[in-house]
Amino acid sequence: MSALSGRTSRPLPTRPARMPGPVRRLRLTRRLLITVTMALFTVFTLFPFAWMALTSLRTGSDLYRVADRPFAVSGLTLEHFRALLSETQFLTWTLNSLIVALSASAIALLIGVPAAYSLGRLRYRGGAVVGVIVFSTYLLPPALLFIPMNIVINRLHLANTLGALILVYLTFLVPFIAWMLSSYFQSLPVELAEAARIDGASRLQAMVLIDLPLVLPGVVSVFFFAFTLCWQEYLYALTFVRSTDKQPVSVGLVNALQVGDVFAWGQLMGGALLGALPVVVVFSFLMDYYLSGLTAGAVKG
Amino acid sequence: MATHTIEPAAGVRPPPERPAGRARAPRGSLLEREAPLGFLLVLPMAVVVLGLVGYPLLLTVWFSLTDKSLGSDAVSFVGLANYVGLLDDPVFGRTLWNTFNYTVTAVVAKLVLGLVMALALHEVSRFRRFFRAAFLLPWVVPSSLSVLAWMWMFQADFSVLTYLGRQIGLVDGNIPWLGEAGWAMAAVQTVNIWRGAPFFGIIILAGLATVPKDLIEAAIVDGTNAWQRLRYIILPHLTPILVVVTLFSFVQTLGDFQIVWILTNGGPVNSTHLLSTLAFRTGIRGADIAAGSAISFFVFPALAAIIALQLTVMRRKAK
Repeated sequence: MSALSGRTSRPLPTRPARMPGPVRRLRLTRRLLITVTMALFTVFTLFPFAWMALTSLRTGSDLYRVADRPFAVSGLTLEHFRALLSETQFLTWTLNSLIVALSASAIALLIGVPAAYSLGRLRYRGGAVVGVIVFSTYLLPPALLFIPMNIVINRLHLANTLGALILVYLTFLVPFIAWMLSSYFQSLPVELAEAARIDGASRLQAMVLIDLPLVLPGVVSVFFFAFTLCWQEYLYALTFVRSTDKQPVSVGLVNALQVGDVFAWGQLMGGALLGALPVVVVFSFLMDYYLSGLTAGAVKG
Repeated sequence: MATHTIEPAAGVRPPPERPAGRARAPRGSLLEREAPLGFLLVLPMAVVVLGLVGYPLLLTVWFSLTDKSLGSDAVSFVGLANYVGLLDDPVFGRTLWNTFNYTVTAVVAKLVLGLVMALALHEVSRFRRFFRAAFLLPWVVPSSLSVLAWMWMFQADFSVLTYLGRQIGLVDGNIPWLGEAGWAMAAVQTVNIWRGAPFFGIIILAGLATVPKDLIEAAIVDGTNAWQRLRYIILPHLTPILVVVTLFSFVQTLGDFQIVWILTNGGPVNSTHLLSTLAFRTGIRGADIAAGSAISFFVFPALAAIIALQLTVMRRKAK
């Protein structure tokens, strides 16, 4: 440390009122570089969404004039949204997504919260191994498991039902919840629960009455993240649910509006925007929490 | 074993006299001990993990060693025949290379772009929340939906990207975005990078906040330039985070499915299949469960190695 900062034993020089020419030019280039980088990233990340929104709002004739004048807009229309909501099963797909995401997340909480408490708060032989298995399970992609899972679902007579998705989504939701909340439980002070136990509460009572209320904010957030994981899932839904009226929005939209070579682009883009809305709303409220949870794991390990 | 004779392991038998504080612990003394309660609380999760992850995983291995197909109950053991058959199949060879190419290219690009994104974002103070939210949007929106925007932008005759390219003067005529093998691979990689780079960016941004300010200031006083500070102070400080997030991304990218499935369906002429999409086409659409299982199991060794590495890194950091 001293070797590195040897020359800073005196206070850092405050910025001089007039910077020497070369330094000022350097600062200018630096700011320009940063501004350009930020502009490029903004265009890169947002352009597809802007293009989506524009496509969903333009008239049919404008849509296919893209080849020569793609940004010329002769009029905006809500026709695509009207058609999407009244002529397709979009609302059914959204409802299916809601049912699956809410039920799977709720059931996963019932299983995952006790497991998180056990992993985060209780010491017993094998606990560390369980932690490792949970983390590994969370990382296993659906792409590894969907083929045998299909057999399991068939044997359970759940093929082509929303129940299949609710059941199968537990495979990534429960490890996710257990993993996220176990560190939350770990960070709680143990004194409160210990005080309660000295006053005669059982371990279970201390867990439910003392510790659980303390992690409630975490539980609520994790519930919503579980919800978004379900909403985003595609492969399992594509594999297990064949009839369009039972599909969630992630699969239904893509399948139904893509008949042969004819694409209803306006409706497709509108549907994609509306379909993404619930997830974007969740994140706009919980972004800071999501980031702190995400980065706490990565930064601190 | 020797310890057993000297003193019984904790939990084998309750101590004859409980400490005063615990004397009033109510009913269910079994649940007052950590191990039984711990196991009980973990049990439902264990059932889910063993029944719905462990069992299917074993089924994959078993099916890949048989001639199982959908709708037939007669199954016979065929040894490694499925695997041998795959290695003789040029489509599978191409798929294996694609998976490697797709994963490595996309992860490296995401790492580099994410680093640049984080460094730029770190310098910005105004509208920082806006930029962070904007950059994170591709990561948040379900990729099965956002990929549709790219599909529209990649349509051969109506591609806004081709139009923009022509305006800048980079492109002449039409680009066969999804119609030609090389372009199609670049297209699906682009979408994966677009979706995943923000994740790197945001995580690395959080890491940048932990680089000690006085270290940077001292380096500035010492007359270093920005590149030297990045190379010798910031990057070494970020290394643990970069390793964790890169490994995580490897796992995610290796299991990617929907971008390729929706955009190219593995085409043109099977040139962009990943292990996941080929497994789906073979095992679900083609009903050849045995071959499909073998294809999807090919990803397992790489996956297991990365997860093991990830666990080692995280455990070392925890200490």
